Amino acid sequence: MAEEDTSRDFTSNIGRIYLVYTGGFAAFVLFLAALEQFGVSNQVIGYLFVFFTLAIYAGIGILSRTMQVGEYYVAGRRVPAVYNGMATASDWMSGASFVGMAGTLYVLGYDGLAFVIGWTGGYVLVAVLVAPYLRKFGAYTIPDFLGARYGGHMARTIGILILFCCSFTYVTAQIYATGIIASRFLGMSFELAVFVGLLGILVCSMLGGMRAVTWTQVAQYIVLIVAYLVPVILLAQMTTGVPVPQVMYGEILQEITALETSLVEKGLAKASEITPHLQPYSSYDTLNFFALVLCLMVGTASLPHILMRYFTTPSVKDARRSVGWSLLFIFFLYFTAPAYAAFAKLEIYQNVIGAPLEELPGWIYTYGQIGLVKICGIEATTLEAVRAACLAKGDTTGILSFSDFSINRDVIVIATPEIAGLPYVVAGLVAAGGLAAALSTADGLLLAIANALSHDIYYRMVDPKASTKRRLIIARVMLVGVAGLAAWVASTKPSDILSMVAWAFSLAAAGFFPALVLGIWWKRASAAGAIAGMVSGFGLTLFYLIATQYGGMTPWLGIQNISAGIFGMPLGFAVTWAVSLMTAPPSPKTEAMIEAIRVPKGGTYMDK
Amino acid sequence: MNAGDKAAGDKAAQHNADYWPRTRRLMLITIAIWAVLGFGIHFFVTAFNDIVILGFPLGFYLAAQGALIGFVILIFWFSRKQEELDSRYGMAEDE
Repeated sequence: MAEEDTSRDFTSNIGRIYLVYTGGFAAFVLFLAALEQFGVSNQVIGYLFVFFTLAIYAGIGILSRTMQVGEYYVAGRRVPAVYNGMATASDWMSGASFVGMAGTLYVLGYDGLAFVIGWTGGYVLVAVLVAPYLRKFGAYTIPDFLGARYGGHMARTIGILILFCCSFTYVTAQIYATGIIASRFLGMSFELAVFVGLLGILVCSMLGGMRAVTWTQVAQYIVLIVAYLVPVILLAQMTTGVPVPQVMYGEILQEITALETSLVEKGLAKASEITPHLQPYSSYDTLNFFALVLCLMVGTASLPHILMRYFTTPSVKDARRSVGWSLLFIFFLYFTAPAYAAFAKLEIYQNVIGAPLEELPGWIYTYGQIGLVKICGIEATTLEAVRAACLAKGDTTGILSFSDFSINRDVIVIATPEIAGLPYVVAGLVAAGGLAAALSTADGLLLAIANALSHDIYYRMVDPKASTKRRLIIARVMLVGVAGLAAWVASTKPSDILSMVAWAFSLAAAGFFPALVLGIWWKRASAAGAIAGMVSGFGLTLFYLIATQYGGMTPWLGIQNISAGIFGMPLGFAVTWAVSLMTAPPSPKTEAMIEAIRVPKGGTYMDK
Repeated sequence: MNAGDKAAGDKAAQHNADYWPRTRRLMLITIAIWAVLGFGIHFFVTAFNDIVILGFPLGFYLAAQGALIGFVILIFWFSRKQEELDSRYGMAEDE
């Protein structure tokens, strides 16, 4: 009872609480900036950033602890649309979005925009086709819906398998990212940093489940968006005199295009080496570009850790609106990423390529020392080393040419504070933001996996009579178990797993999308049809991924395997359709259920 | 049940029966706009790129920002339309 009172208090004061929190965070950043001026070392500032933010998340996690099933699985369905939007945004934007997106755009130019479009447009599908209906249904997990709609444990079990395949590699990559960020900024060993990250994830999720994850994700969104916007706003102010990078990078784009030609004219680069930043389809062909956009969009509308966020709103109407808010909050980061890429490219084309080795900017060596910038084939640790390497290559001019220079994509965001000559506190802020992005996504994914294990396997299939207390204990044991396993895998630095993250979208798109959409929009979709559709769509996608990645199979139509879902998804639809028509239609009870979830009126279906 | 009641009942049933086709039509319209924003306009990048505003070639701008703004507006527009349908057909949730 007391728990309900405090949470109602909290809900009505929520705006004020997060306003104070944001103000407090700004004050903390200014305080650290002052400390830096008084000569406190970078390392101490880095540690203060990480530990302060982790302590806040842990505090929220502990305050949101709960012993109620509804609170643990769906935050009591009391999360207002706007805040659920913020939570979804940080759930969605991973460490890779935060750190790597701008770098991808730097490397690929226009073609990198496939990720920007693909990772935003999918929310239209979420709002229109899926989320409101799943909210009305009132399940705790996606397999729970599949189990109810397609009557039985078979559909549920396949759902759990697909969910596990999509989410586990993804969560491993998030924990890996926390390790990288913490080790880079704090100088601790990678393995230790992974377990610090694991701790950060568990304190947010273990005691309060969805309720705790929701409110920490809102806090993490605020940190990550501030951290993403501040450096590039300051950089735009310094470069162009106007602190609106998203508008001002237009003229930067023109300068880049001019530099692309002049670098070639000066003999610093070959025309074939440079990817023209503005020209479409220079890295991907048209077919691959559109296939990638489609797979990322449909994948967005199929990933369980995103869909389950919309189970937490107070109503169907709020679920719909909340999708709009989610995309708005995501938009703030994604429309800034191309600006990051443009400003960094200008710096590199202007001040790095064609510069005498003696005059390279200092940030080159800062990131060379941790292996992220290479010059003449070696890590750019010192001027002497670089000079020797270039001489050994037979380059006697002492001028850096385009082909001698290579940069890790992650550097684009991380190095911006230093490129702009900003104090270290801004770099610390970026680290805190990256950490927030990785932790919030990891929390959402872990919850999706652990809830499927505890709710769908244990409660629905093993022991349906389990007491509330027992269910919640099992849920937590699963959470710690999955988190520990993911952290252990991440600590082995599995390069394969990292390249598999992008696969999650194709696997989810082919495995879940046909079953979810047809389950809601086509009454005739039968259990046998959906099961056959999920198995064939997911199976074909998995086969294509493995055969092209490891089996040396020639890609069909030249489609790269990141867009494997382009084959599996239509197959999933076709098989579900064909098999449904060949088998018995769903029972009247199932039909009634579909009727019920199609109208917002009347309360959640599952509670009846 | 007299004839008048029956007619009213039929009318109400007919009214309810319209709700789902209307919802489906709104879904199809929204998905069509989504397809234009997500795919349609990107077929014409090269042509659009000849138009330059504030330094942005239009084709690049539409992919980097324009489509995204369109998606955000589209979702809020869709939500409003669907809410109108819900209340017109008496399918909205009780507040």
